[in-house]
This record gives sequence, C-alpha cells and structure tokens, in this order.
Amino acid sequence: MPTEEVKKEELVPIFIMGKRYEVPSSLTIQKAFEYAGYQLIRGCGCRGGICGACGTVYRFPGSYKIEVGLACQTVVQPNMYLTQIPFFPATKGVYDMEKIKPTIETLVKAYPELLRCLQCNTCTKSCPMDIEVMDYMAAAMRGDVARLAELSFDCVMCGLCTARCPAEICQYNIAILGRRLYGKYIAPQADHLAAMVKAVEKGKYEQMLRGLMDTDEEALKDLYNKREIEPEQADEDWTPKDKTHL
Amino acid sequence: MPYTRELKELIKKVEATRSARIEKKRRGEEFHLLSLKEREERLKKYHPDFKEGSRKEIRVGPSKGYAISPEIVDLLEAKSRVNPDFIDLNKVTYETDVLILGGGGAGTAAALTAQENGAKVLIATKLRHGDANTMMAEGGIQAATKGTKDSPYYHYLDVLGGGHFKNPPELVYTLVTEAPKVVAWLENLGCMFTKSPEGRLMTLHGGGTCRKRMHCAADITGAEIMRTLRDEARNRAEHIKVLEFSPAVELILNEHGHCAGAVLYNLETEEYSVVKAKAVVLATGGSGRLHMQGFMTTNHYGATGDGLILGYRAGVKLCFLHAVQYHPTGAVFPEQAEGLLITEKVRGAGANVLNIEGEQFVNEREPRDIESSCFIRECTEIGKGIPTPAGKVGIWLDSPMIEILMGEGAVKREFPGKFILFKRFGIDISKEPMLVYPTLHYQNGGLEYNSRCETSVPGFFAAGEVSGGVHGENRLMGNSLLDVTVFGRIAGVSASLYAKEKAKDGKLNLDHVRRYHRELEEAGIITDRVAPMLLPDYSNPNVREHQLTAHYLGTIR
Ligand SMILES: Cc1cc2nc3c(=O)[nH]c(=O)nc-3n(C[C@H](O)[C@H](O)[C@H](O)COP(=O)(O)OP(=O)(O)OC[C@H]3O[C@@H](n4cnc5c(N)ncnc54)[C@H](O)[C@@H]3O)c2cc1C
Ligand code: FES
Repeated sequence: MPTEEVKKEELVPIFIMGKRYEVPSSLTIQKAFEYAGYQLIRGCGCRGGICGACGTVYRFPGSYKIEVGLACQTVVQPNMYLTQIPFFPATKGVYDMEKIKPTIETLVKAYPELLRCLQCNTCTKSCPMDIEVMDYMAAAMRGDVARLAELSFDCVMCGLCTARCPAEICQYNIAILGRRLYGKYIAPQADHLAAMVKAVEKGKYEQMLRGLMDTDEEALKDLYNKREIEPEQADEDWTPKDKTHL
Repeated sequence: MPYTRELKELIKKVEATRSARIEKKRRGEEFHLLSLKEREERLKKYHPDFKEGSRKEIRVGPSKGYAISPEIVDLLEAKSRVNPDFIDLNKVTYETDVLILGGGGAGTAAALTAQENGAKVLIATKLRHGDANTMMAEGGIQAATKGTKDSPYYHYLDVLGGGHFKNPPELVYTLVTEAPKVVAWLENLGCMFTKSPEGRLMTLHGGGTCRKRMHCAADITGAEIMRTLRDEARNRAEHIKVLEFSPAVELILNEHGHCAGAVLYNLETEEYSVVKAKAVVLATGGSGRLHMQGFMTTNHYGATGDGLILGYRAGVKLCFLHAVQYHPTGAVFPEQAEGLLITEKVRGAGANVLNIEGEQFVNEREPRDIESSCFIRECTEIGKGIPTPAGKVGIWLDSPMIEILMGEGAVKREFPGKFILFKRFGIDISKEPMLVYPTLHYQNGGLEYNSRCETSVPGFFAAGEVSGGVHGENRLMGNSLLDVTVFGRIAGVSASLYAKEKAKDGKLNLDHVRRYHRELEEAGIITDRVAPMLLPDYSNPNVREHQLTAHYLGTIR
C-alpha cells in the first residue's frame, strides 16, 4: 500500500540491478521496487504469491549462493543484490487432451528434452515454492504421471527453474501437462457429477426452478428461511429430511 | 514477523476457550444465525457501503443519477486516454472474428468456446495471460453436484438470499443449471479437483450455503482453473492469439452502432493500436485496486475497473455497483501479508471467529456482507477487537481448531499455500490463530447484460466480474468462479454466433467518445482526470517530486 505508513521505519540498503537504494526494512521486494521509484509493469500480477509474475533472484556480498524468491512474498534484507526475471522464454508442447494418454510417451512427445534431465537439483534449489522439482522430473522420466502431478501441484509457473536449468528444460510446462493428464485420466471421475449433469439436461429441475422464478419476494424469503441447513460436521452420507426438491 | 509478546498473551485467551468450543462443534451446536431482520440492521449500521459519503451520483451517461462509490464515479467522470481525433481508425493493426478483452477466467473460457465454434479469436489483456483475480481464488467453486442432498433448486435459493433477493431470475437460473456442466467440463479438461479415492468430489460449506457444494482444488482452486484454461488456450494458439501488456482503452463502434473493435495501448512501447473485430467480449474483471474508502484489497494488480468505463462510454448501463463486497477475513498481521485473503474455507472447515476475550460473537457462516458487518461492529461499537502493533485491529480466526477437528496435519494439507506463507513469517497457523479484518474483495455489480451475455450494444458481450446482476447485491463465495466459467463460455458462444450471423461490416468510429466528452462538458465537469486507470498508482511521492521531466497521464508515466 502507499508508502506513507512506513516512512518512519528503519531503512536498509538494497541493490536493485546493482544500484543502491535505501528502503524500509519491512517491505517486500515488490514494494521496495515501488518505494525506490519504479512503476511496475512487468513482474507484478497478483501481489499475493500465486501468479508467478515476480520471480526474483538475489545474492549477498561475499556469498556464492544464488537465492530465489517471489518479490511479492519476500521481505527485503540488507545488502541483497537482486533482479526480477519476469519473463523467460519457454517451450510449450501442443497436444489434444482428447487424444493423448497418461504415459511417458505423451510427455516425451510433447517435451522430448525431458530426457535430457541430469538430475542436478538446480531446479529444486531455484524453486521459491519449495517444490521438489527434481523429484517430479524424475517421476516424469519414469512415466509416473500421478507422482508428477502430486509433487508439482503448488507450482506457480514463475519460470525460475527453467531459467536455471542446464539441460534447458521447461519443467513447469511439463508439470502442467502431467497434472492435466492426472486430472483427466488417472483420478477417478465423479459419478455423482455425471449423474447430476444428466438430470439437469433431462430437465429434472426445470419445473421447480421455473416455479421459483415466478415466486414473489416475500414467499421466496419464506422458502429461504425454511431451508434445511446441512450441519457443518455432517458426513458425506447426510441427506435432508425434505427430499421434494432433490 | 512472528506474533509479538502481547499478542501471544492474548492468544492464551483463545486457547482457554478452545476445548469447550470444539466440544460444541462436535455436538453440532452452532452460534445462532441472524434472522433476515437482524441481518438488515447489522448491514445498515456497520457495512462500509452505508457509511456517510460512501456513494455519489454519476452526473453523465446512461445511468446518470445512480449513486455508487465515488472512486468509480471519478473514473466515469473522466476523459478518454485518447483524443478521438488523433487516432486513424483506417489503420487497422489486427483483425479478428472475436476480440476478447481480458485474459482472466471469463475471457479465457470465452476464447475456448468461441474457437470451438469456428471463430478466429484474439485476446488482448493488460498484464500476462492469467494475471487476474481468477488466479487468486482459493476457496472453491459452487455447483449442486450431489443429487442425494442438493439440487439447482437449493443453489438458486442460496444465490438469491445472498443477493438480497434482487438478482434477475433468468441469470440465476442459468448460473445454477449450468453449474454442474461447467464442473464436468473442467474435470474433463484435467482440473485436479480434490476428490476421495473413489472419485467423489470433496464439497464444503461456504457463507450462505444450505448444502455443502463448494468444490475445490486444495486451496488454490482459481489457480488450478486458470492455469488449466490457459494451457488449453495455448494448445489452440493457432486460432487463439494473445496480446499481453496491451490493455484496451476504448471500444470502437461502427456506423451501424455495432461494437466492432477496440483501441489497445501497448504498456511497453506506449503505442496505441486498432483492432477490428466482428464481435467483442468484455471480461476485464473487477476494481479492488481503486481502494474504495481506503480499504486494503485482495485483488490483483490490474483490477482497476477499466471495463466499466469502456462499456459505460459505449452506452451500457450499470447495475448493482452500489454494493461493494468486503471479504470478512483479510490478513491484518503480519504487515507484509496485509489485505491478503484468508479463504472462507478456513471457516468452512471449522475455525471459529473470536474477539479479544476468545469469545464467539457471530456464526462463521453468515453471508459475507453480514459477517464483515459483524466484525466491524465487534471492533468498533463493542470494542472487543484485537489491536495489532501497526495500530490496526483484527479478529481471531481460530485455525488450530481444524487440526483438532480434522486430525493432525489437516491445516497443512487443506491450506498448503497459506501454511507455507505464514510459516515464512514465523507463524504456525496449525497451532496459532490468524488475525483478520474485512478487506475489499469483489465488485458485486457492473455492466448490465442478459443470460446470453448480450449488452444493449449489438456485438458487445460481457462476462465475469465486470458484469452485474447474477449475484444481486452480494455474491456468495464460490459463485464467482462459477460465474466466470458459466458466462465466459456463454459469451464465447454468443459472440462467435454473432460474428458468423449478425455482424455487419461498417466504417469504424469513436463518436460515442466524442459524445461522452461533450456530455461531460455540458454537465460542467471540467477535469484532467483520464480513464480507464489501467494501473494503480503505488509510486513513491518523494521520488515523483524529483522526476522533473516526467509526464503522467492519469496514473501512468
Ligand atoms: C483473492 C481472491 C480470492 C477469491 N476467491 C474466490 C473463491 O474462492 N471462489 C470464487 O468463486 N471466487 C473467488 N474470487 C473471485 C473470483 O476469483 C473473481 O471474481 C473472478 O475470477 C473474476 O474473473 P474475471 O475473468 O471476470 O476477471 P479476472 O480473472 O480478474 O480477469 C480479468 C482480466 O482482464 C484484464 N484486464 C483488466 N483491464 C483490462 C483492460 N483494460 N484491457 C484488457 N484486459 C484488461 C486483467 O488483467 C485480467 O487478466 C476471489 C477473488 C480474489 C481476488
Ligand atoms: S505478483 Fe503474483 S506471485 Fe508475486
């Protein structure tokens, strides 16, 4: 939020792309950019740690280690040398979800470079979400789509893994293919959902709904107040007493 | 920042009442729900919408006299970013069948169905494809999918009750009957919904629901939907082109009065360009970044209400915009997480909300506007809020209860995103409660449209948060992801049909902008404000003072 609130706070030096700025110590890297005078266009999306627009790499003087974070989620630290990597070119396989199978062949066909993975673990070390990227890549190479999907689920697709991969692989796109394969072909489909879709299409609720649409506000309020509420702690098998509108 | 010593002391009061509250939960005893009459009283007295100065009448345009947030009125009573006389509409940079403005959930869903209907599609969006409120939705998506206890009938009633019975019936009908179909559509696209080993979709309660019908993908439902839709759009890149960092700044009409394109602004090269299209879908989302009444917001960076301005200038009326949605549970501690949404699912999973004494004061499943009003009441009139070190106040959200009710590890399993985030700040939310306060969350109203997503301007369609009606005066959780997928899909179909069958080629013009400018002048509104805003202004005023040669147009340099 606007910067007045933090004015009186302690200032710390940071180096944005090598240039020194003094910023309040409680700011996230993203807000520090703004405090320093940048108007962000790239590198800023949700501001809440989920869109992956703000991948950032930084380093401290005297340290060999490259650190990573999401700019919107990482609080500044004194003397960090940082830059954002808001865009990195990536490969994107093209596939028709209806025509593929959840197998290693599918993964390799869409992303042949998958097999170049050296299992060097650089990707895992560069993940700001603490995802075991190398492990999901290993699962991908074994054709274990379920494991690939499960391990990569929290991926925000910021691209830092891809930026640093010595084998030039685009891990996060392989991961989303894996998750989609899992969601469509491996996870059991919801029968109750299919049944409901059929019921709706057959017009089962048509009359009751049209009835509601013609009901006046007072009567609607009455129906609303009388709704039977499923108890919060009820288990899956709970059913309401009144079944006339099911 | 971990909790301070003072706050840790206060947490002891929460712990002191916890086991009794757990017992109550287990027995199914709930804090009483307010009656409709009590609800109304709370709203009128404590909801920010009813505060003095929270509404102002619009002085021009099709909804002249309608009173809404002054922040939006100021943008409506502003000039175009472009002088219509400076733009050569004969120089068309892109031509397409269907132009979609906004690459969020609604826009991307529309792109997919339009393409399936044979249309050539162009999506123009402000930031990256998918940088959108859709990406941020956590809690879930509503749909009646369990026929043994639920049906569209109950869903319909819930939507209406949430919306204060003002919602146009036809829109609600469409929403609730399409709901199971879009969940099936998403499942078929490969969305990883949370399911039992047998494939039964997990469903939870949300505020104002009478049946558990909130489906989720862990605590990142919106991201899962958004990234799946985006991946699918990218698979069809041959027919669905995407222009990023290219927000629309004006709609273009043609000599027949049909919508026939838009003027785009390249945020990087600062060029304006003309897109000619046979039909246009507006899906630019909400407006939290206007910070109504100075509230913090959960919304993404680009949520500046642009679509409202574009549509309004072209002649589309506004509705339900007088009601702004505040989400009851935005983080107020630590400072770095301020405004960040704590999903309603946390309450759905069993966490109580508590005052400084560790006492319950409201049922945790009231509709959002009521819940927020009760929080504000507790913190103001009753004076039992919890003060934060930054001088704000909050309410406890007792997340450790979930751990006790659902078993050890439940918080981390059900809310991995939030768990990690708070962990980084030194707070373990499976052991310590969270501090929350209402935060600006959702634009309940917007441009008027019908169940085919048509607006009053031929060839111009609206879908998603930018539109108003389906949620009446207050949206229930989980009905917005539903709204954007249901109406996004419909908009795509309607627009592609229109492009095929009804679109009439004609000379492009921006006469509506000229007329609007004239109307502003006639109303005595002399201003240098420009709209749409495009990006919020978070630049540092001290720095600005030294930008001696910089020129700002609105918020943008
Ligand atoms: C933190 C958070 C949590 C939420 N949780 C839930 C939930 O659990 N369940 C639920 O149902 N709903 C939830 N919502 C609400 C829901 O996510 C949104 O209302 C919905 O996704 C809006 O979708 P949309 O497609 O209309 O807009 P968005 O997804 O916001 O997309 C709009 C797009 O348009 C672009 N745009 C803006 N202006 C322009 C312009 N001038 N030109 C071109 N493009 C432009 C934006 O950059 C963006 O990409 C949540 C919202 C937030 C913010
Ligand atoms: S801005 Fe979205 S993750 Fe940081």
